[in-house]
Amino acid sequence: MMDRYTKLQIVGIYACLAIFLTFILLPFFEMFMASLRPLEHLFRSPYQFWSDDFSFDAYKQMWVTVPLLGRYIFNSIYISFMVTGLTMIFVVPAAYAFARLQFPFKNATLGIFLGVNMFTGAVLLIPLYRVLRTLGLLNTYWAMIVPGVAFLIPTGIWLLRSYLEKIPRELEEAAFVDGASRLYTLRRVVLPLATPGLIVVGVAVFIGAYAQQFLFAITFNQTRELQPLPAGLYEFIGYQSVTWNEMMAAALVGVLPVMIIFLFLQKYLVAGLTAGAVKE
Amino acid sequence: MVLNSMRLDSVGASVGEKLVADVTQAVGRAIEANGRKTISESLFAWLLVGPAMMFIAVIVAWPLAETIRLSFMEAGLGGEKFVGLANYEDLAGSRKFHQTIVRTFYWMFLSVALKLVLGLIGATLLNAAVPGRALFRVLVMPPWVIPIAIGCIGWLWLYNGYFGVLSGMMMRLGITDVPFEFLAQKQSAFYSAIATDVWVGVPMVTLFFLAAMQGVSRDLYEAAWVDGAGRWYRFRRITIPQIMPVIVSMSLLSAIFTFNSFEIIWILTEGGPRGATTTLIVDTYKTAIGNYKFGEGSARAVIIVLLLGLFSLAYLFFLNKVNKKYGVK
Repeated sequence: MMDRYTKLQIVGIYACLAIFLTFILLPFFEMFMASLRPLEHLFRSPYQFWSDDFSFDAYKQMWVTVPLLGRYIFNSIYISFMVTGLTMIFVVPAAYAFARLQFPFKNATLGIFLGVNMFTGAVLLIPLYRVLRTLGLLNTYWAMIVPGVAFLIPTGIWLLRSYLEKIPRELEEAAFVDGASRLYTLRRVVLPLATPGLIVVGVAVFIGAYAQQFLFAITFNQTRELQPLPAGLYEFIGYQSVTWNEMMAAALVGVLPVMIIFLFLQKYLVAGLTAGAVKE
Repeated sequence: MVLNSMRLDSVGASVGEKLVADVTQAVGRAIEANGRKTISESLFAWLLVGPAMMFIAVIVAWPLAETIRLSFMEAGLGGEKFVGLANYEDLAGSRKFHQTIVRTFYWMFLSVALKLVLGLIGATLLNAAVPGRALFRVLVMPPWVIPIAIGCIGWLWLYNGYFGVLSGMMMRLGITDVPFEFLAQKQSAFYSAIATDVWVGVPMVTLFFLAAMQGVSRDLYEAAWVDGAGRWYRFRRITIPQIMPVIVSMSLLSAIFTFNSFEIIWILTEGGPRGATTTLIVDTYKTAIGNYKFGEGSARAVIIVLLLGLFSLAYLFFLNKVNKKYGVK
């Protein structure tokens, strides 16, 4: 009753939604259209909205123009997986401690972790470059993995902590009373219960890791074979001309892995990410 | 210790043994009741937090300290020389740098305001009970999911004067006769970069506002509805106050992201044309990485951290007030 709209209101809502979604999706639509057009057509001016020479050739040709393209996509996924795995190893114990245990300087420590969110890699690039050089990690996968982990740990702790706080305490206390050690309780009682939360945080970290590679890649890595996709895409910008259609095709293919993961898990992801925003 | 041995000597060995046993037991009980739990709890907690802390210390805290040290140096590829506050004095006297600060705050406020307004509108639309909203909610998310660098390549194409759809549309509509290069003119480049930044940021803001709106109790709306309150009134007097804490915390988060936004500007314009899109973070990157002036770059980085720190403190103060006003603990 209260939610019922008049016909006019419904039309208005859809119209506004259409404008909003056009803004959001236009770049994707145009990237897709560009990927379908032959290069000569792309450079035809004035702009033509429709034409009859659409083809999927760019999706075949792109592997030839940039022979390492497959490698770049693999690198992107590999780096993201490594970042996610490592981040979770650091995040799970820390988040548990923040959610459940009392210890000195707890709030100050949590504050420090959140403060890290205020810096982006861009502010710390120079000394970070030196740290990585000292550790001998420049121009390796680790040059992109290690800073990625550092900047995702705070977000991960924050997200997982609010999830763990929702798991009833009684189960842990029962295990504890039965004489189980803290570590055993964490491993055998808390983590199995927290699996959905772990998945949500893991996927959020993966998406973050996939998204943030560009800056670290262009600054800390000169090895072509190790570049992730966002940096590798620049190879389509050649000396003579930019093969825009193939670049768009490659970009779209490159975001497929993370889009697929997102689509499958979006329901849990959205619920998990916004858990803190909803009042109980 | 001395007291103990004296007693043992005077009273005798057997009594001493009993005393020791008693004390041990009492201590044991005390530890069990209280002591052991708290001592080992904090130790255990630190063992769990320690690794993450160490990692952050090496990769973030140490470089931060290093940045502060370098900001007092003249440093480049050659070596380092202590110059005191010279780098800061240069910046304080530089008109260009003042302009950059003003531009950065203008960039931040405008972009955050747009993100909040669009996010609020988007969340309200996606919260409306119309068929298909589950699908629309998913369709809003892609800019947030994909790497920023890749989204920017799409925008680069859209802004292209000769082959991009925006310029093409403007020519069709007769707004302009010649191809319009969005990123070639100072003003249009700045606002184009803002549009892209908003595009990247809006999905997350929308998502959080939507979640907050769904958390608002239906009873409130029903009560207002029974009293004859219209939609706009309910939105203004119930929705907005109820989600105010989320609005405030999201605006801080987006402000920090926007202030630090680097990739978007770098890919679209590299800070140009003629510095029109150079924000503090781009300026820092150009100085330090582009021109190898590590000292001057570091001074800029320190100023960024200070400005963001001050801004966040002011904001947290404000957030506290808002939370009190709206009764959030």
